[in-house]
Amino acid sequence: MNVQTQIEADSWSVAGRSFTSRLIVGTGKYKSLEENAAAVAASGAEIVTVAVRRVNVSDPSAPMLTDYIDPSQVTYLPNTAGCFSAEEAIRTLRLAREAGGWSLVKLEVLAEAKTLYPDMIETVRATELLSKEGFEVMVYCTDDPIMARRCEDAGAVAVMPLGAPIGSGLGVQNPVTIRLIVEGAKVPVLVDAGVGTASDAAAAMELGCDGVLMNTAIAEAKNPVLMAQAMKAAVEAGRLAYRAGRMAKRRYADPSSPLAGLI
Amino acid sequence: MIKVNGEHRRVAAGTSVAGLVQEIGFDPARVAVERNLAIVPRSTLAEVQVEDGDDYEIVHFVGGG
Repeated sequence: MNVQTQIEADSWSVAGRSFTSRLIVGTGKYKSLEENAAAVAASGAEIVTVAVRRVNVSDPSAPMLTDYIDPSQVTYLPNTAGCFSAEEAIRTLRLAREAGGWSLVKLEVLAEAKTLYPDMIETVRATELLSKEGFEVMVYCTDDPIMARRCEDAGAVAVMPLGAPIGSGLGVQNPVTIRLIVEGAKVPVLVDAGVGTASDAAAAMELGCDGVLMNTAIAEAKNPVLMAQAMKAAVEAGRLAYRAGRMAKRRYADPSSPLAGLI
Repeated sequence: MIKVNGEHRRVAAGTSVAGLVQEIGFDPARVAVERNLAIVPRSTLAEVQVEDGDDYEIVHFVGGG
């Protein structure tokens, strides 16, 4: 028997750090920090995105994210969500590096509130400046293979094309270009934003992405902890299917039982 | 008079930036401080003195996507 029965370990790495989980989850929009922590645990995620915001001067005793999700156990990936220019994003990430003490960050420079679409001109400019300052930048970008390459050329350690607009839950809208990005990239590719349910995450992984990043799909599910578990299974299933290599599609039926020996 | 996160505030003369953070109720080890648009490295928070007219941003990590 020469059948491979053992599934090899399958990790991925970004900027020299290795991870087993290919699911990155956000920490926004949860009803409580307890629910947030339970969802992160159920997702198996080793990286969570976080935002950088002013401390609440009027209520310093308010519970803090770090009390519920331990930054020594889970990698905090500071994000620039809400920034609409390269300067704002760079200022935010300089503060994030000081708050956290690490340089792996997620860059997101948005163009407008309606679509939350990334402004790629500003994004590429910020990627270049941040990389020169020693940041390791994972870059949120459009699902455009040329823009993804521009980000990579500017120093991105990972490119993260949107599957669909942030918070839309529409699923991967452009599998053709996501696959082109995967084929062309020398850095990890993660679908970021737009996943709505488990099959969307599996579909992204079946395209050969290195991972998927999501927030709203879990946080706004009726049962976020259960959905986190579903996403974990979906990302793993999609990855296994990609590695296994799917069958070719046929236009017509092909019987599964032998034709020989029919009575 | 100084500004902290957009709000005016008075502090005693000779207060350090670390002292200011503690006075507001936060652990200097868990925040990042920007003073007049320049980062104050955590290692120097206890040494840098607050000066009249300073504008501070004090931030930390919160939940986000």
